[in-house]
Amino acid sequence: MLVFIARRLFVSVWVFLVATVVVFFLATNIRDPLADARQLPDQARASKIAEITERMHLDDPALVRYFRWLGDLLTGNFGKDREGQKVNAALDHALSATLQLIIGATVIAIVVGITIGVISALRQYTALDQSVTFVAFVCFSLPLFWVGTLLKQFLALDFNDWLADPEISPLFIGGISLITGLGCGALVVGDRRTRWAVFGITTVAMVALLIALSASEWFADPGLGPIVIALTAVGGALGFTALVSGLEWKPPLQAALIAAALGVVASLALDPVLDDPQLITLLGLAVLTALICGAVGWFLGGELYRRSAIPAAVFTGLFTGAVIFTDRMFQSFADYSDSVGGRPISTIGAETPNYEGTFWETGLDSFGHLALPTLALVLISLATYTRYTRASMLEVMNQDFVRTARAKGLGERAVITRHVLRNGLIPITTLVAYDIGTIIGGAVVTEQVFGWSAMGSLLFKGIEEGDPMPIMAFFVVSGGAIVVFNTIADLAYAFLDPRIRLS
Amino acid sequence: MTSQTQTAEAGTPPPPQAGDAAQGLNIVARSQGQLIRRRFFRHRGALVGMVLFFLVVLLAVSSIGWGPIPGWWDKDATTTGTVTNGGDPTLSVVPGFLGGGGVHLGEHPFGQDNTGRDYFALTMRGTQTSLLIAIIVGLVSTLVGTVVGAVAGYFRGRTESVLMRITDVVIAVPTLLLAGLIGVIVAGHGILLFALFLGLCLWTQIARLVRGEVLSLREKEFVEAARSVGTPARRIIFKHILPNTMGIIIVSATLAIASAVLTESALSFLSLGVQPPDTSLGRLITDYRTALSVRPWLFYWPGLFIVAIALSVNFIGDGLRDAFDPRQTRVRD
Repeated sequence: MLVFIARRLFVSVWVFLVATVVVFFLATNIRDPLADARQLPDQARASKIAEITERMHLDDPALVRYFRWLGDLLTGNFGKDREGQKVNAALDHALSATLQLIIGATVIAIVVGITIGVISALRQYTALDQSVTFVAFVCFSLPLFWVGTLLKQFLALDFNDWLADPEISPLFIGGISLITGLGCGALVVGDRRTRWAVFGITTVAMVALLIALSASEWFADPGLGPIVIALTAVGGALGFTALVSGLEWKPPLQAALIAAALGVVASLALDPVLDDPQLITLLGLAVLTALICGAVGWFLGGELYRRSAIPAAVFTGLFTGAVIFTDRMFQSFADYSDSVGGRPISTIGAETPNYEGTFWETGLDSFGHLALPTLALVLISLATYTRYTRASMLEVMNQDFVRTARAKGLGERAVITRHVLRNGLIPITTLVAYDIGTIIGGAVVTEQVFGWSAMGSLLFKGIEEGDPMPIMAFFVVSGGAIVVFNTIADLAYAFLDPRIRLS
Repeated sequence: MTSQTQTAEAGTPPPPQAGDAAQGLNIVARSQGQLIRRRFFRHRGALVGMVLFFLVVLLAVSSIGWGPIPGWWDKDATTTGTVTNGGDPTLSVVPGFLGGGGVHLGEHPFGQDNTGRDYFALTMRGTQTSLLIAIIVGLVSTLVGTVVGAVAGYFRGRTESVLMRITDVVIAVPTLLLAGLIGVIVAGHGILLFALFLGLCLWTQIARLVRGEVLSLREKEFVEAARSVGTPARRIIFKHILPNTMGIIIVSATLAIASAVLTESALSFLSLGVQPPDTSLGRLITDYRTALSVRPWLFYWPGLFIVAIALSVNFIGDGLRDAFDPRQTRVRD
């Protein structure tokens, strides 16, 4: 295994080096960096040309410049651009903006995409599966920049207008309720009557909920309140237990319910702390939650159920924490919305300039700026994960060991989570790793549409001025990510699937 | 392949035939081509996709003609004129008895831009360019990818490692960066050269797929038999191995066309792709991006055509995949 890893790393380094050579020579040949200096009037021209030539070392052959760049890079120095500014400073700023943009979107796309893919594979050839497939194909075929601009128009501008008088039109209520009802009906296993019953109940419930929310102007000043938090937490406990161990065993269920109860109690007890916390406090609380819930699971699970009680309790605890977090965000919404002139969903940039507020308000500020680009990114990459997960799940479900697992009497939940999911997700791991690598380079379009000054602006600055340094900085980060994540993907695959290692 | 196709066919009963049915025998012999065609035409999405794709191609080519050949549409994409009625689209598809304005194209079905150019002609021109680029990219990338993958997979050893390292290098450069830099370098030399180079950026996936397929095929008995009677490598690759990988090659070529439409439009949107005076669907969207709130149709039409092309080609690709490789179509009960 060590030899395998060492060889793989060695190859990756070489591949990356060769790629830098290719990009460097392309980047030095795109455009004449002296083009605008040549337009200057006579007296200024010569000195300007000499200055730029000196700064960019244009008199040296490209090969010399490449090795100078490489030598600088090894000391962590990305060189200076045409104006003599250090590229490092621009890169730091750009990279943090891009990471902020893509991390949330990637996590959401992966989690939601894989979940939808699994569900759609388990319900193969139902109406649900067909619609998921169709929607995935549509998302697949959407040009990102077009969707982004449409989202800006309809979600941001129109949503903000609507928020001034948040009343949902009856048509909208009907539509959303019907879709929710159809979705729930399609998810349920059972005969026609059960499905129609579920469809009817969820649709009516949704209509009632939306009318109530609309009448109470909930959207202008949202919040959950302790009762909804408690109900959601208990629902989460039931759901996670059902996934992890099934509801028929007492200890995991007890552990999860206790975790949910602890969470709700903690939210009331910690009220003063949560008024304006630091990020580090919240992270500490999350770790603490995981530890306490883990301990609860450990004690309640006993020898026999420990392996399912601990994850059930920990997931429930963290989920409850997330619900409380959402509630806090909701509570600050009205204040935040007022302070930005009633236009909380923003279309341009990464933050409101000079905005100051509590933790929750600044949180909402970045959320308002991230919402649209994230949605656009998720829409596009969701489809890939859904399709791949579905295909991979179906392939595993066709294997003999799955039939054996069923034949020996395992319950459907155990067959799916222990046998199908575990094996089906191996190729997905690889795909996800490959994909994450390409995201930094691919986010350029989103950044342009939503006016973020991030990695893409380095690239465009370089291309516009014929200056290889910003382009190389862009490449070292984006191409480096591709190489690193491809290597991780290969190693992960070898680790997860021992057959690869043997050959 | 044959055993798989039989199990897949077993689920659906073939059409009953008189005489055979009486004896309980109703198996019809079909060649592999027939099987694939049957499966493809049974895939509803693929059929709809194919019809839609041909309609788009037909519309784009016949309306404003191709090169010197004139089309049935009497306006062209470059003539400016007076803007009538704010440039509103005159296309109407709601018949009169439903309260609409009747079905007609009108003077400017897709409206006019702010200099009075006919937007239908402009969109059709963009569609032609985008389609042409996509098809060239599909052909070039498939050709390069297939050759690289097949040679690497068949010869193995040093040839393979060199070719696959080259593939890795191309993969390591983000597509938008590589294609964008090349796009800037060849800017002003026309769309054909641009398409050719774009194809040279997008072949890596096909190369990897083909290599994997060839790696497993070259160990098969029929290849060994061919080798043992002294068949030259070139003949083995082209006559014995590649025909068996046709399925994945055709499927990936189709999908490559779909992704080429999107890549080209993204590049043109970033002004790194098609340059004026040429125009493409992505270019149109960039040019009229700010018009969304005033003249939204200038923004909708090219986007709709991009989606229509990419969606139909993706569906065709899906149908082809099911037709060539029916393993995933139904879970065994």
